[in-house]
Amino acid sequence: MSTLEDQPLRRAGDMDDREDHAPGDAPEESAGHWVTNTHLGLGFSVVLTVAAFVLARGGLVWAPAIPVALIVLAIAQMGVHLVFFLHVTTGPDNTNNVLALAFGVMVVFLIVVGSLWIMGHLNHNMMPMDELMRMQR
Amino acid sequence: MTDTGLPASLEALRRLREDPHRLGHRAHGPAAPVPGAGHGETGPARKRVIVGYGFWIFLLSDIVMFACFFAAFAVLRGATAGGPTIAQIVDLKRVGWETACLLLSSYTCGLSFAATNARNKLWTQVFLLLTGLLGLAFVALELQEFLDLAARGITPQRSAMLTGFFGLVGLHGVHVTIGGLWLATMMAQVQFKGFRQEMMHRLLCFNLFWHALDIVWIGIFTIVYLLAAAP
Repeated sequence: MSTLEDQPLRRAGDMDDREDHAPGDAPEESAGHWVTNTHLGLGFSVVLTVAAFVLARGGLVWAPAIPVALIVLAIAQMGVHLVFFLHVTTGPDNTNNVLALAFGVMVVFLIVVGSLWIMGHLNHNMMPMDELMRMQR
Repeated sequence: MTDTGLPASLEALRRLREDPHRLGHRAHGPAAPVPGAGHGETGPARKRVIVGYGFWIFLLSDIVMFACFFAAFAVLRGATAGGPTIAQIVDLKRVGWETACLLLSSYTCGLSFAATNARNKLWTQVFLLLTGLLGLAFVALELQEFLDLAARGITPQRSAMLTGFFGLVGLHGVHVTIGGLWLATMMAQVQFKGFRQEMMHRLLCFNLFWHALDIVWIGIFTIVYLLAAAP
């Protein structure tokens, strides 16, 4: 029996800063806090999106570097969305959310990079199509 | 606040019965743990946390499904079978408008949740309506894009690359459409049920869903459209 169950009348508020939080939730419930976060999220997202569209037109950076720059901007914007819109933080109340997210990111990474890697090798090692046709004759 | 409204002693007994081994108990901060804090010493988390976390797990699995479509598109990107390449079917201007719609709808969705947390029905409804209209504009633009392509004979069966393209972009469009239907349901329920506890849970989940769709769209406009348009 914990001490708390001896005095179960002590209730938590609707959201208490000492308990876990679901993603999208935050301990501070005042509307101003949510509005500020949303404004910041929009601001950062607009900057990153506009930067991506401008970069894609070319001319600003060395052309072979553009794909990498675009992917970096996309990952940065996903981070902005996670922090300001989804309220996923590194705080102790978010441990479970972050761990689930980390696992999700790992699976996504394995699927995408693994597919590209394996299929690239298969393409590279495959016999040219005309030779294959000749063998089948 | 408890979800059940049982007397306090009954509540404590119920917690003990449902979580007899008191798994994952750990307190935060200097103060004593809070009843129902999940990993405190007081039993399972409250319903709001469980609902939100469960929906988070669903969203992550949804994103894993999107990852499969992304992988398929990325692998088949060059497999055009003599048909149009991805660079030839990208209309950056329309993609820009689509992105603006979805980003702004994410913004109004966040504001609607701020109003929800302040228990303000009018502004919740106003911002939800704006979110829905922006989502509708997004779906309309995407539909227009697909119809334009189809009119030029560019359909999913033309090449493997186009199958991947329509599969990935279309899957996202279907998600936004379903999200829009959910949003309309939420607006009706907010109107007639008010901010009951289960409504707060549903609005939390809807908020998560809509933001997750925007995150997926970031991946799409970067990997499908911008990489194709880059010189």
